[in-house]
Amino acid sequence: MNSTPLSSILLVLFGSVVGSFGAVFLKSGAVRLTGILSLFNWRLALGVSLYLGSSVFYAMGIRRGQLSVLFPMVAAGYVWTVVWSRLFFHEQFSRTKLGGLALVLAGVVLVGLGS
Amino acid sequence: MSATAVPASVSPNPAAQRRMALVIAGATVISAAAQILMKIGMNHFSPNLPALVTNLPLIAGYALYGLFTLLMVLALKEGELSLLYPIISLSYVWVTALSYFIFHDTMRPLKLVGIAAIMAGVALLGRGDRR
Repeated sequence: MNSTPLSSILLVLFGSVVGSFGAVFLKSGAVRLTGILSLFNWRLALGVSLYLGSSVFYAMGIRRGQLSVLFPMVAAGYVWTVVWSRLFFHEQFSRTKLGGLALVLAGVVLVGLGS
Repeated sequence: MSATAVPASVSPNPAAQRRMALVIAGATVISAAAQILMKIGMNHFSPNLPALVTNLPLIAGYALYGLFTLLMVLALKEGELSLLYPIISLSYVWVTALSYFIFHDTMRPLKLVGIAAIMAGVALLGRGDRR
């Protein structure tokens, strides 16, 4: 295996964005759960579908290139998820969280540069 | 990998925490195996149904990934994020080492520093709610 094409990196990163929206819909579905029948609601269904969808982009992404570059890049999803949590659920950014986000983001960039 | 469930109630029971830590540590090995199998499967991917349903490494990889997700949701329900997230980031160690030995991926210093930064970042995110 030699270099990792940009198209692979973009597919994996796009998958991570799709997956982070999966988390948003799972969360918004989960907070509305009242009983066993409420398990069948469109938010949870959409959340699960987005998760599965994100894995298709990931799988297409790892067709070419190095797994040791592409797998760590999935961690970008943590960044999107924290941003959506702030935007949609008004969760707080603590200083620790911001530090974690910055490290993950820097790591993804470094892994990309090191590929 | 996913950054989903934040537990509504966290059990302070130390024995339960230790058990969850072990479950998650085992789950990271499953997750790494899933990644390797998916990569093997996708290396000879062809976009037609007969090839897809006979792509055993890909199918096994997806199955293990599903198992990992299930274990993670169960563990996150019981365990503390600040304990579990650093353990989850062990998957990066396994996947990187296995990629080196199986696929002969290159190991440049910049890449290794990047992976270490991601691991540290994920660990910090687990502590995020403590401030």
